[in-house]
Amino acid sequence: MEAGRSPNIEIITLAELKELSGKAGHFKAKLFIKPRYVDPQKCTACGLCTTYCPREVIDEYNEGLVYTKAARIDYPQAIPTTYYLDAKACLRMQHESCQLCANVCGPNAIVFDQLPEEREIEVGAVVLTLGFGRIPQEVLEKYGYGKYPDVMTSMEIERMTCASGPTEGEIIRPSDFTHPQRIAFLQCIGSRDVTCDNGYCSSVCCMYAMKEASVVKEHLPEAQIDLFFMDIRTQGKGFDEAFNRAVEKYGFGIIYARVPKIDQVGRKLALTYVTEDGKSHREFYDMVVLSVGLDAPKDAENLASILGIELNHYGFAQTRTSSPLETNVPGIFVAGAFQGPKDIPESVVQAQGVAARCSELLAEVRGEEAILKEFPPEDEELEALEPRVGVFVCHCGVNIASVVDVEDVTRYAANLPGVVHAEDVLYSCSQDALNDLVKKIKEHRLNRVVIAACSPRTHEPLFQETLKEAGLNPALIEMANIRDQCSWVHYFDPQAATAKAKDQVRMAVAKALRLKPLETQKVKVTPSALVIGGGAAGLQAALSIAEQGYEVHLVERERELGGNLRRVTGLLSGEDPQKILETLIKQVESHKRIRVYKETTVENISGYVGNFTSTLRSQAGSEIVNHGVVIIATGGKEHRPALWGLGEEDKILTQLDLEAELAGKASKIARARSIVMIQCVGSRGQDLKYCSKLCCQQAVKNALRLKKRYPKKDVYVLYGNMRTYGFSEDAYREAREAGVIFLRFTPQKRPELIKKGKSLYVKHYDALLGEDLLIPADVLVLSVGIAPGDNEELSKIIKAPLTSDGFFLEAHVKLMPVELAVDGVYVCGLAHGPKPLDETLAQARAAAAKATIPLAKGYVEVAPIVSRVDQQKCIGCGICADLCPYGAIQMIKVGKRKKAETITASCKGCGICASHCPVFAIEMGGFTDEAILAQIEAFGDFAEKESQEEAEKAA
Amino acid sequence: MNFNPKILSFFCHWCCYAAADSAGVARYKYPPNNRVVRVMCTGRIDPLFIVEAFRAGADGVLVGG
Repeated sequence: MEAGRSPNIEIITLAELKELSGKAGHFKAKLFIKPRYVDPQKCTACGLCTTYCPREVIDEYNEGLVYTKAARIDYPQAIPTTYYLDAKACLRMQHESCQLCANVCGPNAIVFDQLPEEREIEVGAVVLTLGFGRIPQEVLEKYGYGKYPDVMTSMEIERMTCASGPTEGEIIRPSDFTHPQRIAFLQCIGSRDVTCDNGYCSSVCCMYAMKEASVVKEHLPEAQIDLFFMDIRTQGKGFDEAFNRAVEKYGFGIIYARVPKIDQVGRKLALTYVTEDGKSHREFYDMVVLSVGLDAPKDAENLASILGIELNHYGFAQTRTSSPLETNVPGIFVAGAFQGPKDIPESVVQAQGVAARCSELLAEVRGEEAILKEFPPEDEELEALEPRVGVFVCHCGVNIASVVDVEDVTRYAANLPGVVHAEDVLYSCSQDALNDLVKKIKEHRLNRVVIAACSPRTHEPLFQETLKEAGLNPALIEMANIRDQCSWVHYFDPQAATAKAKDQVRMAVAKALRLKPLETQKVKVTPSALVIGGGAAGLQAALSIAEQGYEVHLVERERELGGNLRRVTGLLSGEDPQKILETLIKQVESHKRIRVYKETTVENISGYVGNFTSTLRSQAGSEIVNHGVVIIATGGKEHRPALWGLGEEDKILTQLDLEAELAGKASKIARARSIVMIQCVGSRGQDLKYCSKLCCQQAVKNALRLKKRYPKKDVYVLYGNMRTYGFSEDAYREAREAGVIFLRFTPQKRPELIKKGKSLYVKHYDALLGEDLLIPADVLVLSVGIAPGDNEELSKIIKAPLTSDGFFLEAHVKLMPVELAVDGVYVCGLAHGPKPLDETLAQARAAAAKATIPLAKGYVEVAPIVSRVDQQKCIGCGICADLCPYGAIQMIKVGKRKKAETITASCKGCGICASHCPVFAIEMGGFTDEAILAQIEAFGDFAEKESQEEAEKAA
Repeated sequence: MNFNPKILSFFCHWCCYAAADSAGVARYKYPPNNRVVRVMCTGRIDPLFIVEAFRAGADGVLVGG
């Protein structure tokens, strides 16, 4: 929605890139645009074409589970919200026989003879966000898909569980339309499977299978659901906790087995499999869901040859750990699943990171071609008049008018108090109607506008802008929702729907009479950033902001920059982590816009987005700096638990200790014959309850390094779930091929340390043998996980909450993954949660991208729905300041008394303060007590009238 | 006699109001007995509003957030 509305984003759909010439900063792209056969300028998305289209086609958006029409929109939230004709199915285009859609289309938007178009555009950078492809049908056929109707893909279940999907959320077996009682989810379909050339892990399926199973269970509480795993890979932030909660709540069966074969027996599906204890099972299910992986996008090869970019051996974009967002061609960047399978939060992080990368490249020409809308000054004289309300009642074609008697509502509205003009409009949102609205405002000297049409959520911004064009304050509009919440849901009772529409209009007019012009406040921004923490995340974030053209204060507590990365001596990709770090440090220290403060801590931060003031303390004393934004990159620390004798014996190391050994003489290793690694020491249910995400990769990496250097030594890895997600699965396979022995333990039977004289052994229960093994451990390597840094103090200073695990809590996991609840404060790296280097670097750029937005604008704009404290009435009780979830109210001293004051830049307009103020001293812009009470009073007329009617009837 | 209750609904802009819109997009049916007041957050709802709604003649108040 937001992208669709931005004047600076042109969305070109149905388009293909044919050619790219030029170089970074100056590309020319040739596009081939297929026809849509519907004019997006005219289409109002009323849906009549679909209703009347006689040609049914299989609905691919709904995974082929239902039919749709040749004239359609895939889903109502689609951007652009414009219908299209499916040329391959359209009767008119195929057989010249029908043109029903064109006949019924009110705004004449159908264009049968539209031709494809070629277009050339000039761009500075190219970002590839191709997403992922589908696992080929033949891979699924191995599991009976296509042959047995009740073997379904997770994609199909996703549509089926959707409340607005093909079955409206009902879970049914395609074979006989009954509700399945026993359901199996099979993981790793088309991933971690070398037989279909997809050796990698798709990273997201374990989590989505759990989510789908939970939703299915909500719909079918009596169903029994079993999930079949090789490993449970829920390595993301908070994922383990969510997974375990779901298993407990819904009673899922968790089975460690790879089901090789499914056959149908009667009306059931039979699964034959072998579990870890070597026993063979045959179980019957009503439905089997294949958790399909993410394939490489299907056009990738073609596009790669056009652009000259390299793909990896699986067909995804080839990137490096040090530059996860860059292809081998300068100026061509990549984000999302095309860079490697990933979930929504990771994709959003990369997308934001890539925006920063583009902005670095194009910093010099920032804003040159940006479109800024200009509006005439407000007509203050008109606004000061007594309220003169104009009511516009929309037909929305037949969407409203076929149910609600629009003319009747209009006549009714004309007689309401304060209304000086009322009219009905065919499509109030069409461009000509908007122009007409401006004219009517001037003609009738309207200073309040009520639009009775669709939802303010989708259309209020459009009408607000029209008001601005007419010289009115955008706060002077109120909408009555008589479509989404009236005609569309009460179509069975036109009379009652019309009555409801009248009531909603009356309530809207009552509110409109009490609307006041509100000023959109602009707060100036200090164009610099404070980056706290000089590890990989902080360095990358600082560098990106500086490259984008803004001053950075980079604060590091230690004597040296580099953080935890200083201790890492190898990477799976083969790159040298110390070289990566060295380059980053050199770039940062020599950058003219970055000031580095070593051995310095942040003592205090006050202010709000755009205007922070911080006190930095070092041995030399304290210094005060002003800055517009804050990036928290304070990192984490190696968790060193008092388990397994860590610290007691020098044969017991952590993975980081081992990295140091491997970079040096490795004297401890050289003497050893058998090296044992233990995963999840202190994590996942021990003293840290979460998964640290990177230890499995790190263990595999170090095991491989050991095997390469000492092929004769035995290397064991004892693990709970091997979480080498994404392409690191290759390394896991490579390690097994190299002879590293991987043994799985369960949380109930974790391995134990046994000491015999000077020798160490690890006792491990082997499920297949059914007995304990004693493995000699000449060197014991513990994968200890990552603990949060000292976040608590900082969290108090900036008033941003932490998760229960002690990491910073993002404002929204998917939509705002690097923003904190406090505006102008961003987080990246280990301060946000454990993650490997490439993800840290991408996230650092994402934080830099978000932080640069207010810096580049130069001001922060505050929507006028914020709260305002009347200090005459305020008694200084402070309830509001305590309750505000955004820290947007501060208590100040006025004279001798304490008074509340809203920090407008931080306020989100929720109104919690206003509803709790004991003396009604807080007013919400656009939602004043007066206005809401007027709405309630206007509602009263309806209640009164109804009871009168009832009384009359009774009489 | 048929009881035809009059319900005043306070819907949060971000969730329940959005859900009510989606119900429309999906063409669900529900009885036309409610009238909606949109607020930016149900935290905005002063107990006074609810009392006033009943005073104005509501048979029920629905707070959706």
